[in-house]
Amino acid sequence: MTPMNRRLFPVLAGLSLFFFVTAPVIIIRAPYESTMGLVQKIFYFHFPAWMAMFLAIFVLGIASGLYLFRRKPAADRLAVAAAETAVIFGLMGLITGPLWGIKAWGVWWQWDARLTMAVILELILIAYLLLRQYGGAGSDRLAAGIGIFAMANVPFLYVSTEIWRTVHPRTSVVPTLPVDFGIPLWWSFAGFIVLCMALLAARVRLEEQRAALDRLYLAVEED
Amino acid sequence: MGILRLGGGSRPAASGWGIRRLLALGLVIGLAAGVAVLDAAQPPTTAAQDGFVPMPDIPPEDQMPAAPLVAAAYAVVWAIAVGYLWTLWRRLGTVEAELADVARRIGERDGA
Repeated sequence: MTPMNRRLFPVLAGLSLFFFVTAPVIIIRAPYESTMGLVQKIFYFHFPAWMAMFLAIFVLGIASGLYLFRRKPAADRLAVAAAETAVIFGLMGLITGPLWGIKAWGVWWQWDARLTMAVILELILIAYLLLRQYGGAGSDRLAAGIGIFAMANVPFLYVSTEIWRTVHPRTSVVPTLPVDFGIPLWWSFAGFIVLCMALLAARVRLEEQRAALDRLYLAVEED
Repeated sequence: MGILRLGGGSRPAASGWGIRRLLALGLVIGLAAGVAVLDAAQPPTTAAQDGFVPMPDIPPEDQMPAAPLVAAAYAVVWAIAVGYLWTLWRRLGTVEAELADVARRIGERDGA
C-alpha cells in the first residue's frame, strides 16, 4: 500500500463512521411508507448494502480482467480484496432483507427471481474466495474468470424485478422516490459506499503485506 | 293428637328424608352457584372450537412489531462491519509481525 493509500483508510473509516452514526437520526425523521409502515425503514440499510456490493463486484470484475489480460499482480490483489468486501456487503443484504420480508410479506424468504439470483451471486463470490484459498497453483487465473462472470451477473440481478414480476419491490422504486424518502436513502448510500472503499483499502493493504512477506521469503531462499 | 302422633311417629323418617333432600338441594344450588361464579370468572373466549373461519387481515394487536426488526437490521450492519474490520486488523497484525520477524532475521544474518 502506498503512503497515500495508508492515509486514505483512516479518512474513509472516519467519514463512514460519521455517516453511520448520523444516518439513524435522518432515517427516524423520514416519513412512514403507507403500506409497510415502520419496517420499510430497513430499506435505508438494505438497498445501500447491495449497491456497495455491486461496487465491489465491479472492482472485482475490472481488476480480474486486468489481471487476466495484462498480468498485473496489483490488479490480482485488488480483485481478492474486492471479492471479500463484496461477500461482506452481500451478507448484510441477505440478512436485512428477510428482516424486512417477515413483516412486509409475512415470510422470511421467497424463492423468487431476485432473491434466488442474489443468493447465487453470493455463492459465486464465496466460490471465488474458496478457489483462491484452496485452489493451488494457477487458481488466480481461474478465479479471475469467475470474477468477470460475477460482474456479468450484476445487471441481470438489478433488472430481475422488471423482467419477472415478484413480491420484491421493483427497481423503479428508487428513481421515483419522493424527496423525503430520498434524503435518508442517499445519506445512508454515501455511508455504505465510503465504508466499502475503506474496507477495500484495508483489505488491499493486507494483500500487499502478504505479497511483501512472500517476496522476503523468496529472497531468503535465493540467498 | 293424631297430628301430633303422626308428626311424632314419622319424625325420624321425615327428618332423615328432609335432611337428605335439603343436602341435595343445597348441593345443586351450590354447584349451580359455583358454575355461575366460575363462568363469570372465565374470560369469554373467542378461540374457534367448532371450525376455523378465514379472515383477510389480522388485528393490529396481533401483528408483529416492526421496531425490533428495524433495530436488528441496523445492528446486523454494524456487527458485520465491525466484526470484519476486527478480522482484518488481526490478520494484518499477524502478517506484519511475521514480516518484521523475517526482516530482523535477515538483518541479523547479513550482520553476522
